[in-house]
Amino acid sequence: MALEKIVFKGIDIPGNTDLKVYEEHGGYEQWKKILKDKITPEEVIEIVKKSGLRGRGGAGFPTGLKWSFVPQNTKKEKYLLCNCDESEPGTFKDREIIEKSPHQLIEGMLIAAYAFQGGVSYIYFRGEFVKGWKICEAALAQAREAGYIGENILGSGWNHQVWTHRGAGAYICGEETALINSMEGKRGEPRIKPPFPAVEGFYKSPTIVNNVETLTAVPKILENGPEWYHQWGTERSTGTKLWSCCGHISNPGVYEVPMGYSMKKFFEEELGGVWKDRALKAVIPGGSSTPAMTPEEFFACKMDYESIAEHGSMLGSGGMIVMDDQTCLVEVAEVLAQFYHHESCGQCTPCREGTGWVHRIIQDIERGQAQPDVKNVLFTVFDEIFGNTICPLGDSIVMPIKSLMDKWPEEFDYYIKEGKSKITGKARRPKKKEMPDNWRREKPFNYPKTEDYYTDFSKTAHSN
Amino acid sequence: MAFELTKEKQELVKEVITHYPDPRSAILPAMHIVMDERGWVGDDGCQHVAELLEVPIIYVYEALSFYTYFPKHPVGKYHIQVCHNIACNLRGSEELIEHLVNKHGIIENALTDDGLFYFNRVECLGACGNAPVMQVNDEYYEDLTLEEVDKLIEGFKKSSGNGKNN
Repeated sequence: MALEKIVFKGIDIPGNTDLKVYEEHGGYEQWKKILKDKITPEEVIEIVKKSGLRGRGGAGFPTGLKWSFVPQNTKKEKYLLCNCDESEPGTFKDREIIEKSPHQLIEGMLIAAYAFQGGVSYIYFRGEFVKGWKICEAALAQAREAGYIGENILGSGWNHQVWTHRGAGAYICGEETALINSMEGKRGEPRIKPPFPAVEGFYKSPTIVNNVETLTAVPKILENGPEWYHQWGTERSTGTKLWSCCGHISNPGVYEVPMGYSMKKFFEEELGGVWKDRALKAVIPGGSSTPAMTPEEFFACKMDYESIAEHGSMLGSGGMIVMDDQTCLVEVAEVLAQFYHHESCGQCTPCREGTGWVHRIIQDIERGQAQPDVKNVLFTVFDEIFGNTICPLGDSIVMPIKSLMDKWPEEFDYYIKEGKSKITGKARRPKKKEMPDNWRREKPFNYPKTEDYYTDFSKTAHSN
Repeated sequence: MAFELTKEKQELVKEVITHYPDPRSAILPAMHIVMDERGWVGDDGCQHVAELLEVPIIYVYEALSFYTYFPKHPVGKYHIQVCHNIACNLRGSEELIEHLVNKHGIIENALTDDGLFYFNRVECLGACGNAPVMQVNDEYYEDLTLEEVDKLIEGFKKSSGNGKNN
């Protein structure tokens, strides 16, 4: 293990969920310093801006810039929402932070909220993270007791409260406006932007939504200064990034890697290459919503936003999914399609219907019952979905599946033509029953009389 | 058969409401509390939440029908959820699901006859590094092999047979 954790060192410190251990390692020093030395919010924003920290949830928007969008000439309460609705397949970095280093996240939240003068913040957990939620609740209780959170914090006159909120199994709530809707107790449907949440978000108040990883990096940046953070990475992608690596590799796990690190070196030295001495076939580098890469593209790129984009994919949330040469990519496409079909919120027609079509068409391919020109149908559906939806979920089904079909067309062609997988040699799903020729009703259907309708309705009226 | 939370839990809900600018925000936390109490949230659970929060019941129904984490019917003593998404799929979650069905007779989306197990597939549980993963009630079980699943299921059967944890 050559790479050591830098910004997220806290993850590797045993017992770091306890306030005492965290304070021994310099915890809450930055928060105390800000309040004691009366560092102004503008200065904090300036430091974060200079550091070049970008949102680590997937979009990569500059964090300091986002904070500076919050209007200060309003009497409304301003909110900070910490996005821990980590549901992107292949991504599991935030879980590591909340379970092993919750205080660093809380300190980051306090500083961030102070920077744009927010009075209340919430951590939005995905419902399944019960363990992480309990750990964070305990950490919050400790911090409250120590006086880091609450009213008149450390005698400075600054009030701030942090609460937790649990989601309930909806992937779409990771989108910031959907998260806000979900926080308001509504269905997690994304909103049309503008107005951006920084101006009109949670209950129409200015709201900042930041990823766990982004906020956790803030205390360390303040501690060591923006120049320190600049020593890693490239001009536009600075600092370090947590990569969560899974799939067919020898050492799956969460790694902190400086931006611009060589992908090949990382893959061979840290991840230990492909498991069982097999060959590499495909990699999805940034969570399941990003396009897949061939081994050539993958080994040529560096680990930063721009380089990965140049090589035909996106950094996204840094959830790397590695597939070996015995993976059937049609099966992968089906699994992805079914995920996005299930998680589409149903608001925009292209996404609600399109994801279902894509899913059912790929299932037909897996039954060996697809029409010969089915690929063209799929590409047409992709064109109709892409860019025509409120949030990027529609794009997210298109990008990985289209890239698989573009880069490995022979596998799809073989499956469609032969009715079985090129890799496993068999169809994954049983054939659908053929409709009998006389499936149309021969006798006229006896419609119930009107009275029957009424009686039926009263019987089936909603009851439970 | 109206469902009601215990007095302490009702107090908890009342306390949670104060965290938010509007009681509507407390719908999800309140449903989590209902789920903690009896393992699922049904129509009567909705009714109770709406009464506690003093919001129209349609707000609560709306949320319940959207969020898949809350079961709408009883799910037995052990609610088994196996991730079948990409990372777990690559590491053999399909065999695991087949094993559950074929060896243990735990059929998908149905309560077993003894009322112990309810099993369904879920999307990514966010523990892809330790795939395949399964969630039983609130607990994650990671890096599973078929033998470990056997042991787990046996363990569950035993502990409920002895009358423990009841």
